Amino acid sequence: MSNETVMHGQHEVVTTHDVHHDEHHVHHHKETFITKYVFSQDHKTIAKQFLISGMIWALIGGMMSVLFRLQLGYPDSTFPFLEDILGRWAKGGKISAENYYALVTMHGTVLVFFVLTGGLSGTFANFLIPLQIGARDMASPFLNMLSYWFFFMASVVMISSLFVQTGPFSGGWTAYPPLSALGDASPGSKVGMDLWITAMALFVVSSLLGGLNYISTVLNLRTKGMSMTRLPLTIWALFFTAVLGVLSFPVLLSGFILLLFDRHAGTSFYLSDIFISGVGPLPNEGGSAILFQHLFWFLGHPEVYIILLPAMGMASEILSVNSRKPIFGYMAMVGSLFAICILAFLVWAHHMFVTGLNPFLGSVFVLLTLLIAVPSAIKVFNWLTTLWKANIRFTPGMMFALGFVSLFISGGLTGIWLGNSTLDLHLHDTYFVVAHFHIVMGVSAFFGMFAGVYHWFPKMFGRFLNNTMAYIHFWVTLAGAYMIFWPMHYEGLAGMPRRYFDYSNWESFKQFADLNRFISTVAMVVFAVQLLFVFNFFYSIWKGRKVTSQNPWGANTLEWTTPLRPGHGNWPGEIPEVHRWAYDYGKDGREFIPQTEPVSAEESKHH
Amino acid sequence: MATSAIFLVAILALGFLITFQIAKASEYVSVLKGEKKAFEQSNRVNAFLMVVFLVLGLVGVWWCNELFYNKTLLPYPSASDHGEKIDLMLWITIIITGLVFLLTQILLFWFAFKYQHKESNKVFYFPHNNKLEVLWTTVPAIFLCVLVGFGLYYWFQITGEAPANALKIEVTGKQFGWVFRYEGKDKNFGKKYFRNIDEANGNQLGLIWDDPASHDDIVVNQTMYVVKDQPVKLIIGSRDVIHDVGLPHFRLKMDAVPGTPTTMWFTPKYTTDEMKKITNNPEFEYEIACDQMCGNGHYSMKGILKVVNQSEFILWRAQQKSAYSLAFPEAAPASVADSTKKATAAISIKTSEVKN
Repeated sequence: MSNETVMHGQHEVVTTHDVHHDEHHVHHHKETFITKYVFSQDHKTIAKQFLISGMIWALIGGMMSVLFRLQLGYPDSTFPFLEDILGRWAKGGKISAENYYALVTMHGTVLVFFVLTGGLSGTFANFLIPLQIGARDMASPFLNMLSYWFFFMASVVMISSLFVQTGPFSGGWTAYPPLSALGDASPGSKVGMDLWITAMALFVVSSLLGGLNYISTVLNLRTKGMSMTRLPLTIWALFFTAVLGVLSFPVLLSGFILLLFDRHAGTSFYLSDIFISGVGPLPNEGGSAILFQHLFWFLGHPEVYIILLPAMGMASEILSVNSRKPIFGYMAMVGSLFAICILAFLVWAHHMFVTGLNPFLGSVFVLLTLLIAVPSAIKVFNWLTTLWKANIRFTPGMMFALGFVSLFISGGLTGIWLGNSTLDLHLHDTYFVVAHFHIVMGVSAFFGMFAGVYHWFPKMFGRFLNNTMAYIHFWVTLAGAYMIFWPMHYEGLAGMPRRYFDYSNWESFKQFADLNRFISTVAMVVFAVQLLFVFNFFYSIWKGRKVTSQNPWGANTLEWTTPLRPGHGNWPGEIPEVHRWAYDYGKDGREFIPQTEPVSAEESKHH
Repeated sequence: MATSAIFLVAILALGFLITFQIAKASEYVSVLKGEKKAFEQSNRVNAFLMVVFLVLGLVGVWWCNELFYNKTLLPYPSASDHGEKIDLMLWITIIITGLVFLLTQILLFWFAFKYQHKESNKVFYFPHNNKLEVLWTTVPAIFLCVLVGFGLYYWFQITGEAPANALKIEVTGKQFGWVFRYEGKDKNFGKKYFRNIDEANGNQLGLIWDDPASHDDIVVNQTMYVVKDQPVKLIIGSRDVIHDVGLPHFRLKMDAVPGTPTTMWFTPKYTTDEMKKITNNPEFEYEIACDQMCGNGHYSMKGILKVVNQSEFILWRAQQKSAYSLAFPEAAPASVADSTKKATAAISIKTSEVKN
């Protein structure tokens, strides 16, 4: 059954019948529990599936970081309960080096891909694109459903790798060969790595199905009057995110497939001149280990924008709504998103300044990398100007959006350090890098995600999240994130390398033992507060304060013209027509003017 | 210990319960008070907290610096000439980004506080302004040009050709340790091939004994000696997976990639003993840290770099035996011409090839 016909069917039914048919009317086809909640083709349900899967992943990934932070913070202590949970991976209550590296690797993989790509884009692109552009669903609801289930399969395979005898992959989320290619070099590179590659391949499929759908939906299914320049910035951001994903994930997949060949088919794409102690020389000659890094970072760098752009888009929207003021410089915002999108493809080798890259090539990448700071600066100043002379409501969504801006500034500025190859010589692969990317793409993207969840929760579930818990969540997370990651810059300035299991034997790095204990303690507190958020989330789905008005935030965008609990198809009647941009807040003395309101003759000019 | 874990979980659960009760109660209170009043109250509190956060945050930044500045490398001079340039670049970057950081964070939290919701507030409808947008496109662009300019100027100096008088040392990473090779009297590295690696017979780099140039090469593990004020050129490679020669005190690092040699050069400025005095730490050593994830022993892959005076270096080198003479003690001192020995060497290569 093609969705197209369903949609048109509904459409005609609704328009030909009388108004007294309420919203319930949209469901003419029979919905069972399976089609409604499991194999659903409704973009809103798929969004919730992504969100909840993402939250489960975030808890798993977060818990992993708590475990390895125990080792970093308390290297001399033993925690017998760890042996109960992890068995031989934590003999005597002390995490083994092997386990530590597995945890670090999985933490990175899970958070970068499964939470901040799948969970973030999957949730908000699915939820917001049809609602904000005025479409009944995605261009292909069926592919959309497949996108989630590929994600689910990827999750199952990745989880299963935690339970194999030789352990999950443990060579870092970037999976550089030869380490990742040779089981003899690291036990994690045995069957754990095959599962890792399989899971990632499934993930790429999921991401491509989703991305193609998002792009075609935005381009083709906008409602009447919704020109591209009237799109809310969320949609622009999600659109560019999808473009980045569609163009770069295939390259990653090709890199992984070559890696698979090197592992099992005896090829030498990445391998050359290798002698493994205890095994002897390997037959491979002529490959280049650096080739993988080029392929990996050709996705890897756009990937950080895949993570960041949705957060930027949502922050822009939420800042404007709650400032009761138009976003400043809409076209500049779109332009800077576009510039970031283009530049994202031209900077990958800045991760490789110390691989022996030709210095001239390196210099080109320095220039292009630092260029990204220009659109980023435009965005920051535009956000600040949006706040200037505003009338700010500190809803939880707004606070997380403000937190996002603060973190984006802090983490973005250190990018200017690392993007400069001269400084990268010193800071590469130290804790400075850890601090930088955790702030700028880890925590800040999480803040964007939280902002989105708090802001659109009423639309998702028809209820509000509890505000008090939200404020506690916000303040502890913001302060905690800075307390965890700010001091790490100092560790980096001491040259302290990342991915070390233990620093106590190093004269140059052991002076930070106290600091590491402090960071680990704060990390646990922050993690506990995330549990509070998860609790708030599930509690409020069923018991939260009910939303009583259609447009609780007084926002202009189309999703707030749908019924309180929209069915499949979103609008019971005709899809509303759009007459203006999404940011007419505070215009002509009116608090807000929805996009659906025609421009009146006496209205002052602009958009 | 199990009881303490249960205790901890109990405390956590109790904390959640209390928070939850308070959260629920305040929701009911806000319903009683009227939504508008409750909103205004919480809005004022949060707006105030924004400023509190700004002030405490800036104090925290200062305090953090007080606590940790002296634990970084910044208070001490760099151990290499390149490092001095990198430090200067670092300071230029700290000043520019630091000012931007202060400006934008203060504006952000100050605006949040100042423009908090008030009934009487009139929102300023300000959708765009070309002048402002041009301003904050060009000003950052100019500052970035400055940073790129300085950065690349130093980058090309640092990555340029090593001086002709540089001491050449070949550095090889392996899981999990470092091997260093010095040229012998012939000022030439002998050829090597990875299939010749034979640890049991003293050939951990796979030197080709058929090449006479290899006979006087000195191979040492763990500690590398270099001379103060004499440029050093490292020719870096790896035997198995990717490693990285990290020299934090010299502000430098370079990957060790199997199959693809890389290079890095610098001039040490202070001997290890001088640096002990400068840092006031008698235990001080120039440590070589592996900076690229290389397996489960990554964290233990430590080498030592000893910077010594010319005379100490000559003495040290004189004490070293060549790898060849260690592998074939009977051939020593340098009776390389002994054809039987040569033959044995050739045979051992062949057998090792056959084995593999």
